Amino acid sequence: MSESIKNTGLFAAFRLMVARDLTLAMRRRTDVFTTLFFFIIAVTLFPLGVGPEIELLRSMGPGVIWVAALLASMLSLSTLFSGDYEDGTLEQMVIAPHPLSVLVLGKLFAHWLTTGVPLALLSPLLGMQMGLGSAEIQVLLLTLLLGTPVLSLIGSIGAALTLGVRGGGILLSLLILPLFIPVLIFGAGAVDAFTTGVSIDGHLSLLGAFLVLSLVLAPLATSVALRISLE
Amino acid sequence: MAKSRFWLYFSSPKTFYPFSGKLIPWCVGVAAVLMAVGLYMGLLVTPPDYRMGDSYRIIYIHVPAVWMSMIIYMVMAGWAAVGLIWNVKLAEMMAGALAPTGAIFTVIGLWTGALWGRPTWGAYWVWDARLTTYLVMLFLYMGYIALRSAIDDPRRASKASALLAIVGGINVPIIYFSVKWWNTLHQPFTVAPGQESKIDPTMLWTMMIMVIAFWAYTLAVSLIRVRCDILEREKNSSWVAELLQGSSAGNKQ
Repeated sequence: MSESIKNTGLFAAFRLMVARDLTLAMRRRTDVFTTLFFFIIAVTLFPLGVGPEIELLRSMGPGVIWVAALLASMLSLSTLFSGDYEDGTLEQMVIAPHPLSVLVLGKLFAHWLTTGVPLALLSPLLGMQMGLGSAEIQVLLLTLLLGTPVLSLIGSIGAALTLGVRGGGILLSLLILPLFIPVLIFGAGAVDAFTTGVSIDGHLSLLGAFLVLSLVLAPLATSVALRISLE
Repeated sequence: MAKSRFWLYFSSPKTFYPFSGKLIPWCVGVAAVLMAVGLYMGLLVTPPDYRMGDSYRIIYIHVPAVWMSMIIYMVMAGWAAVGLIWNVKLAEMMAGALAPTGAIFTVIGLWTGALWGRPTWGAYWVWDARLTTYLVMLFLYMGYIALRSAIDDPRRASKASALLAIVGGINVPIIYFSVKWWNTLHQPFTVAPGQESKIDPTMLWTMMIMVIAFWAYTLAVSLIRVRCDILEREKNSSWVAELLQGSSAGNKQ
């Protein structure tokens, strides 16, 4: 495999990384399903906690679903690099001829495909549970598709920094949840704005801007963090 | 050239340690005297506010604490960047030494703000953009301190937390504008802190005295912390051994 990697171009390396991580995710399907079921359970707890009044649930729904998606993707991030760190694959990635940030981007793309996309695809079901209308559910789905890659990208910095650190999981939440706040505001805010009849273009544009910004900066920061963790 | 050598001279822990030792008593003295003067003027000399009465006097603690906490974050992120980019050990230590003071000032700022908000706005807490961003800044400080103390190797701890401080620093303006927009969408600005346009000159002077006192306190405390860190990290070097021998000889005399 190392021979083929050496002779591959940048995009081929990216594609191989995605394929590898998707294969690993397919072989460990429970990891993916655990995240999804956490998402479902967390959203289901809210009606039980605040009461089944549909008006209340409808107004809270987008926020609750977004917070649950945020927590679910955060929990899945703690295992993003830990497997590769323990078996030494990560060191091979660092010394590979390809830029580490491109390989990280490949891992993150695979991570988004296995967590962000399923979370977004599940959200209509939970939206119906919270009494949202079909138009609102469409907006919710759109914002989740735009926002979850940002969560994976920003979160990967925290995941890389907490590699092999004691209490890594709980520490990760302290590091990255404050950085998730803008995404939460505009993701959940878009659905609220839609409900009140305000244009959602601004929200979607800002989510897109966060996506572009984190797409450029986060892989670089993550590769610096990985190098620090492997020193 | 001479100037850059001057700064390089003090970037070595060996020369910085005695220099900072001489600096600390001055900082402590300035902080103590100015804090006493500032509190005396703030509590007894300055006139009461025509709208808020005496409750506004907490401003002499609140505003300097908030200023300091924000400046400390910037300075901390700056030292962290210097440490990460040029691999300067002393800069790494300085960033770490500033964080607890910054976090404490943030807590003081939030606490005094809540106490001040109750009589003036009628609520301890409102979801104003500034307040919310400020609370997030406390989370960033806490994350920095937690990451730094969770990693045992001091070099790795410094570098990892330095990266976090820089990422957090980039995010603070984004968080501020997000929260501001979110806030204006949800509720109009009924209360906005810090709208007093004109204040009495004695009030301004008192505030400035308190700001300088807080600066001096921050310098003193972070230098003390950095000196402990220097001794701990350089404990195997010859100059620390000589220093410790010298001080034990001095104690015997």
